[in-house]
Amino acid sequence: MLQYVARRLLLLIPVVIGILLVTFLMKALIPTDAVTAIYSGTLSEKDAAEAIATLRAKYHLDLPWYQQFYIYVRDLMSGDFGESIRLRKPVMDELGYRYVNTIILTLAALAIALVVGLTTGILAAVKRNSWLDVTATTIGLFGISMPAFFFGLLLILVFAVWLRWLPVVPRGTMALLLPAVALGLIEAAPISQVARTSMIDVLGRDYIQAARARGASEFALVVRHALPNALIVVLTLVGLQIGNLLGGAFIIEAIFGWHGIGELAVNAIEWRDFTLTQAIILISAATYLVVNLVADILYAWLDPRVELNS
Amino acid sequence: MMAMQQIETPQTGSPKNVQPLLRITGLTTEFRLEGGRRLQAVQDVDLDIGAGEILGLVGESGSGKSVFAQSILRLVQPPGQVVAGAIAFEGRSVMDMSARELSRWRGRDVGMIFQQPQSCLNPVRRIGWQVAEPLLLQEKLSRKAAWAGAVDLLRAVGIPAPEEKVLAYPHQLSGGQAQRVMIAIALALKPKLLIADEPTTALDVTIQAQILELLRESCRMLGTSLLLVTHDLGVVARLADRVAVMYAGRIVEEGPVETMLTAPAHPYTQGLIGAAPQLGQARGVRLKDIPGTIPDLSRLGAGCAFAPRCDARAGQNLESCTLSQPLPVSIRPRHRALCFAAKASSAVSPCEISP
Repeated sequence: MLQYVARRLLLLIPVVIGILLVTFLMKALIPTDAVTAIYSGTLSEKDAAEAIATLRAKYHLDLPWYQQFYIYVRDLMSGDFGESIRLRKPVMDELGYRYVNTIILTLAALAIALVVGLTTGILAAVKRNSWLDVTATTIGLFGISMPAFFFGLLLILVFAVWLRWLPVVPRGTMALLLPAVALGLIEAAPISQVARTSMIDVLGRDYIQAARARGASEFALVVRHALPNALIVVLTLVGLQIGNLLGGAFIIEAIFGWHGIGELAVNAIEWRDFTLTQAIILISAATYLVVNLVADILYAWLDPRVELNS
Repeated sequence: MMAMQQIETPQTGSPKNVQPLLRITGLTTEFRLEGGRRLQAVQDVDLDIGAGEILGLVGESGSGKSVFAQSILRLVQPPGQVVAGAIAFEGRSVMDMSARELSRWRGRDVGMIFQQPQSCLNPVRRIGWQVAEPLLLQEKLSRKAAWAGAVDLLRAVGIPAPEEKVLAYPHQLSGGQAQRVMIAIALALKPKLLIADEPTTALDVTIQAQILELLRESCRMLGTSLLLVTHDLGVVARLADRVAVMYAGRIVEEGPVETMLTAPAHPYTQGLIGAAPQLGQARGVRLKDIPGTIPDLSRLGAGCAFAPRCDARAGQNLESCTLSQPLPVSIRPRHRALCFAAKASSAVSPCEISP
């Protein structure tokens, strides 16, 4: 198992280099350069030219691209993500706490998605074609078709504006409630459907009938025998979904005013703050890599048929 | 018309007036098909199994013998359903058991093994976990004791290095080993009845003999009755005390193995035996086949399901065959057939036939 993890980590190296290149090159691909964007129209022609030259030098924009890339990677290695052009402070000062906020939101949403998705999916499979199954499947269809941000707006409208159970802009833990529910319920829909399908598949297998023949109760059949098999499929989906959750969090955070990296990203792009944008993309990509790695390791752990040494 | 050699062997079955271990009467299992049609995979089956007896249940693919085997344990899942009949195990009605009683009964008193042993083992659970499960759930043994019990059980069914094999996963076993594991699980709590549904069909010929031997020896040692479902007459001849032949969901003939194989009364049984290769038979001799195929069970007429393929009917031109169901005819003691053409070969009181 350790060997497997080590090999997976080694395989990450080229991926990380690729990500670094892409985030770096983004800067070159965008039509305006940061410094020009900041100063255009705010100073006279001559002053602007001078200030721009100084700043270009400061951000190494006057060097050839490969030297810029070298400096970029070297600074990253020493934990220096650069200074935000707009906020005039190290990117990490802002990014650090916001990253934690986003992780909190994502985990809360994931927990809701798993609890709701697995419960309804498994119950729907066990009570197939019952009213519960039909209801869950119908609601699930809405969940799959609806974008999280639209659902989030609906929640605000219903609970904050109409029912007035929550303030429109809540503070503290309450602020987590609506965005986590919005994200979590939307992601619960595909989990529920996949859990139902794979559970129905597994419950029809020979080994379930064999376990029934040796006296396992229907509850034991579902929990002890079928669930571990069905979870393998669900896990594959959840690994992919965490990416969705992070992406969904970007928009949801902006809507609910949750101070995570998503909200910051939306602002950073508006500000044409390249260092900030780069750092956000980098850290999101790194998170995605780690999540996939963890999902793959869990997958190998759950399914003994996955050959670890091939 | 038939050889009158009544081989008198010690009867292993239950004596007449003692209650058999398992008594099945009028069992009918139905499947609802799309479009409202119904298919009776098992029709009005009467069958007894005595304590310690090995009963061979023979039939072609699609004759309903697997569904019958599953019906006994009430394992048939929707859209299938046992719609009529009674199953008495040591006098207790299986059909009236609650879910809880049923679980307990399946776990302790009966065991079942299947045709595809590898797909009957849970792919994500260790072998030891699966063998220990009955000990853990039914016997309420501690984890440690159950695990030790699993090692002993694996050793008893001839798995080499059982201390290591308990840690293996099903995909790491061969088919023969997997069937040994299934036998170990089924016999873990020393059941009184073991149902083996085509236990050697999916295995190598060389392994088949070993598994059959293991089954016979294990059942003899534990005093367990065995219902051996198979399409292989050779298997039946080697192991069974008694044989029942199934065709289109009905038991068409039933009797002690000696007389059934040497003097079958039902034209279908005669056909089956004629179609089986004999050891020492001259090469190049064509085996006799039974013309036609098994009928569509959802479109059976009023008469005998075998009538369209039946030589005897054609020969004797019996009209009743296509008009009504034949009633059981007693051929000799403990030997009966469901056929208009079959005749009792000796004067036997008919009370032997059905309960």
